[in-house]
Amino acid sequence: MRIAEAWRVALDALRANRLRSLLTMLGVVIGVAAVVALVAIGTGTRQQIERQVEGLGSNLLIVVPGRLEAGAAPTSSPLTLDDVDAVNRIVGDPTRVAVTISSGETVRAGSRTGFASMQGVVETTPTVFVRRLDRGAYLTRTDVSTGRRVAVLGAGVSHDLFGDRDPIGRQITIGGVRFRVIGTFEALGQSLGVDRDSEVHVPVTAAQRLLGTARIDGLAIRAPDRERIAELSAAVVATLAERHPDTDFSAVTQEQILGVLGDILGVLTGVLAAIAGISLLVGGVGVSNIMLVSVRERTREIGLRKAVGARPRDIGVQFLLEAVLLTTTGGIIGLLLGAGTALLVDRLSPVPAALTWWSTALAFGVSAAVGIIFGVVPAQRAGRLDPVVALRAE
Amino acid sequence: MTPAIVATGVSRTYHLDGLDVPALRGVSLTVAAGDYVAVVGTSGSGKSTLMHLLGGLDRPTGGTLLIGGRDVATLSPDELAALRNTTIGFVFQSFHLLARTTAQDNVGLPLVYRGIGRRERRARAAAMLERVGLAHRTGHRPNQLSGGEQQRVAIARALVTGPSVLLADEPTGNLDSTTGGQVLELLESLNAEGVAVVLVTHDREVAARARRQIVMRDGLIVDAA
Ligand SMILES: Nc1ncnc2c1ncn2[C@@H]1O[C@H](COP(=O)(O)OP(=O)(O)OP(=O)(O)O)[C@@H](O)[C@H]1O
Ligand SMILES: [Mg+2]
Repeated sequence: MRIAEAWRVALDALRANRLRSLLTMLGVVIGVAAVVALVAIGTGTRQQIERQVEGLGSNLLIVVPGRLEAGAAPTSSPLTLDDVDAVNRIVGDPTRVAVTISSGETVRAGSRTGFASMQGVVETTPTVFVRRLDRGAYLTRTDVSTGRRVAVLGAGVSHDLFGDRDPIGRQITIGGVRFRVIGTFEALGQSLGVDRDSEVHVPVTAAQRLLGTARIDGLAIRAPDRERIAELSAAVVATLAERHPDTDFSAVTQEQILGVLGDILGVLTGVLAAIAGISLLVGGVGVSNIMLVSVRERTREIGLRKAVGARPRDIGVQFLLEAVLLTTTGGIIGLLLGAGTALLVDRLSPVPAALTWWSTALAFGVSAAVGIIFGVVPAQRAGRLDPVVALRAE
Repeated sequence: MTPAIVATGVSRTYHLDGLDVPALRGVSLTVAAGDYVAVVGTSGSGKSTLMHLLGGLDRPTGGTLLIGGRDVATLSPDELAALRNTTIGFVFQSFHLLARTTAQDNVGLPLVYRGIGRRERRARAAAMLERVGLAHRTGHRPNQLSGGEQQRVAIARALVTGPSVLLADEPTGNLDSTTGGQVLELLESLNAEGVAVVLVTHDREVAARARRQIVMRDGLIVDAA
């Protein structure tokens, strides 16, 4: 029997029981749709995180007190600007070191109020991290050393307080203290769930005075090249540990952050995909079941086909193709459904989704494989039917 | 000319719940090329069992059976299927047409298993339907045909591969006497063209029209004339 003929016969058989075929497909449809959508969301999220972490700039080393472990309690920072000087001496280039102390503060300009994440920083921030200005200028070394009350606004804060007007040179209050606006940042959007446009950068000295502390939260180093990251990281952590024997320090690189986030995401995606895979499996069992019913119902047809010269293989292939056709059709429908869901999620919710060719190919391949795996037993049974018994069947 | 079928001491025993049910107990029979044989006998005497064996649908449990000169015992299932396809044509009491398939495609079905393409199948099926007087029914499905027409479609299907033997198990059993008579005339005209016909019937008159008769009882041939 020609294979084209076998496909035709299979298609015909499925058409004969349209509703049943559709219901049988449903399990596969849902399974494939779930796999495609979940993988798309997982991939989209991963790509977004990668973009954002890479957006922090390359060769970046972030040093914070405490251990970087899931579930580790946040440690209050013992770091001060003296520690920064010590780190500067190790790095040998102060323009490669940035510091932060951050605090959520209410900001005001005239009658308008907003909420901002105040970042006490030094003048090196735009070079250590990648931050571009929209208007005005960034903080200077003098601003930092004298604790001048000047501020650079995130795009969101600028919009909240000034709308479309130019905020440069205007007065605002941060936590009730007056600052003068000297610049605004380009809009950045969300990063790791943090709205980076709500940041306001002020000199670290001014922030410390406002908060009544001499501490800083942490520091960041831009290593001159990739090879030196490990060495620098060890030296910095060792120095800080020596200066503060009671505290652990951790230094993380961009790769490590990506790695940890990727692992978490990978596990999450894996678990969800496994659940989706189980539904695919259940769908496959349904297909197997219906195919067995179909073999029984068409016993006489099988007997007749054998009587006129069908080999066991011809009958087996016919039923196997029927199962494969059932699951791949379900797979295609599921693919479209899953892709549609992913696109909708991407469009209508903050969760990003990205379709990849391999996940669609995989979904299709898996649905075909489900058809083969779960079609084999019914197909074999059909192929082995004794033609005499089949012809005598009622 | 080699006989179409030679059965020598053929037996067939069914195993049912650990019990041996002998349906045939040593049957010897030769169907010559172009022969016309009627098989009669009481219900349960083994007529259908014999027909299944003669057509290579089943294998004997004893004795030897040659179909077209080939010993059935030495053939693989695939070879047996090919033999059924090329040398045997079956006609059943209950027609056994595919319900959702047109008369033309029903007739062309055996050619599917020869790897013949659809266009040629349809052409050959149309010619066969014309031969059985159903040229005007090619597009009809079985439920749009009368019983006599359905049986003629089944005969066309049995003939489409150009077999040397037609095995008809009570082909008129579901038909009234007029349509049954038409079906018989068709079989006889085919026989006149050289196709051997083996016909199972309960009707003495029908049996009398054959060249020779075989009477069966309890799995044995008790009379042959
Ligand atoms: N699959 C089977 N298993 C067990 N016994 C069977 C089987 N098929 C047939 N038999 C038995 O074999 C015997 C012969 O059956 P068969 O169908 O050949 O009779 P028949 O002569 O064709 O009868 P009828 O005229 O009623 O069609 C019967 O006793 C029947 O019960
Ligand atoms: Mg019978």
